[in-house]
Amino acid sequence: MRRLVVIGAGTAGTMVVNKLRPKLPADEWSITVVDPAGVHYYQPGFLFLPFGIYSDRQVSKPLAPRLRKGVDLVRAAVDRVDAATRTVHLESGDELAYDYLVIASGTTPRPAETPGLAEALGGKVHEFFTYAGAGALAAELAAFGGGRVVVHVAEMPIKCPVAPLEFVFLADAYFTKRGIRDKVELTYVTPLPGAFTKPISAAYLGDMLTERAIALEPDFVVESVDGDEQVLRSFDEREIGYDLLVTIPVNMGADFVGRSGLGDELNYVPVDKHTLLSKADDRIFAIGDASDAPASKAGSVAHFSVDAFVPNFLAHVAGKAMPEKFDGHANCFIESGHGKALLIDFNYDTEPLPGTYPLPGVGPMRLLRESRLNHWGKLAFRHLYWHMLLPGRRLPVSAHMSMAGKKRPPAPPAKPASDIRIPADF
Amino acid sequence: MPVTTIAGRDVHVDDEGFLTDPSEWDRELAAALAEAIGIEMTAEHWKIVEFLRADFATEGETATTRRVQAVGGFPVKQQFELFPKKPAKKMAYIAGLPKPRGCV
Ligand SMILES: Cc1cc2nc3c(=O)[nH]c(=O)nc-3n(C[C@H](O)[C@H](O)[C@H](O)COP(=O)(O)OP(=O)(O)OC[C@H]3O[C@@H](n4cnc5c(N)ncnc54)[C@H](O)[C@@H]3O)c2cc1C
Repeated sequence: MRRLVVIGAGTAGTMVVNKLRPKLPADEWSITVVDPAGVHYYQPGFLFLPFGIYSDRQVSKPLAPRLRKGVDLVRAAVDRVDAATRTVHLESGDELAYDYLVIASGTTPRPAETPGLAEALGGKVHEFFTYAGAGALAAELAAFGGGRVVVHVAEMPIKCPVAPLEFVFLADAYFTKRGIRDKVELTYVTPLPGAFTKPISAAYLGDMLTERAIALEPDFVVESVDGDEQVLRSFDEREIGYDLLVTIPVNMGADFVGRSGLGDELNYVPVDKHTLLSKADDRIFAIGDASDAPASKAGSVAHFSVDAFVPNFLAHVAGKAMPEKFDGHANCFIESGHGKALLIDFNYDTEPLPGTYPLPGVGPMRLLRESRLNHWGKLAFRHLYWHMLLPGRRLPVSAHMSMAGKKRPPAPPAKPASDIRIPADF
Repeated sequence: MPVTTIAGRDVHVDDEGFLTDPSEWDRELAAALAEAIGIEMTAEHWKIVEFLRADFATEGETATTRRVQAVGGFPVKQQFELFPKKPAKKMAYIAGLPKPRGCV
């Protein structure tokens, strides 16, 4: 009997075990998934909870029933992996031996990484990357009568890198609807050089903040949060005051990854970006947010990468070359407020481009432009997630990114070389 | 990609002046790039730039300020002192590496 152990029954881990179980004969392989959580959350719904758009029941379901028959669930937290002896040590002291291991333990917000932030949380400082945080923020927003609202990203990478932008767009729409938009000053604070940093996105979407009177504070590397004074401070001595701070704390992979010597400085598992096989150990894969692959940390990426992973895993354990190459494909809706959304579709090599998705010319979704249908697509995705994706059913879209339907706009005229040497915003 | 002349040599850059071919880089070019953005290279500057080059060679990604601290051993505060205001961008510029970017 060969033993597959999967750590984490979130988006990626659940899809992995549900897709592999029918492919791995029950008399040859055991599949065990380890997760301490009793509940599976639909995390994209956390964006909507603060605005009262989703109810709790729409974003959470019991975890165990999401798993196929024949998959063993161990309700425990992993303490450490010993790759040399192929043993998973649980916090309870129990051990699980494996022949192959899949690390799918995701990433979580870490307020303690920013001085002052953990202490300030709960007062005028909130986050929505956890279920509890999104709920607390909903109460705060409902009671908010006006003032400075600052939406802040501490450090990249974070999961769902567009979520903070979506939040600030939804906040603009929310305060407008409540008739108090003129009493609210909205600011978007990012460590990146801008809200949109890819040239074509920037050209298409660059005005979205100004159109909504949202101020932008780029290149802001946070040094500390002062909860008493209600200010954010940066390493280059900028200060931003707030009446309500909505922050995305530093995101990090699970601590057991670091303790096991399998992680980088953010506890992400270094992998080959096309096969997701660990660079350190050819019995270990890492999939979803847990890996260091330079793709977006998103559920859609987890989904497309599982499609490539399954045939690769089957080949790998049979001693054959892996046939599939994951291309970093991501497909993300960006809520823009007032019942509209954008859609972006990209991979390791191709930045988001305008066009239609999934069908050329037909769509029905529009890429890199706002539309109502995109918004309905985002909302409909919740059903697909629970009923199609997690059970491991096939969606009628390609796992690899397709250029069909995409148009690369003509490159802007090249600047004369004499203009180039010193970037304008240094 | 535009070609420009830096330190008497033709190099490929993007439209913000970042080198697009890391193999065209050498120390002489780095010193000229640094001077262009008002930085005078000291031994400490070179240590960080060399860390970035070596890290890029193995990882294929420009190290973040966190990684320069955690793996390279140069505190973020020091990175800000040596490369004022925008260390991530300036370090990448001088080291001839891609600058940090988001997904959109
Ligand atoms: C606010 C928000 C909005 C988002 N919006 C979108 C969106 O619109 N589109 C999109 O594609 N993605 C979105 N995402 C991202 C998406 O939810 C994640 O990328 C996805 O869930 C990643 O799946 P995963 O399996 O890697 O990690 P997760 O789903 O987070 O699962 C990790 C699992 O590992 C378990 N675990 C952790 N530590 C241990 C341990 N020590 N031992 C055992 N088990 C452990 C956890 O309990 C958890 O169940 C959003 C995320 C957030 C927070």
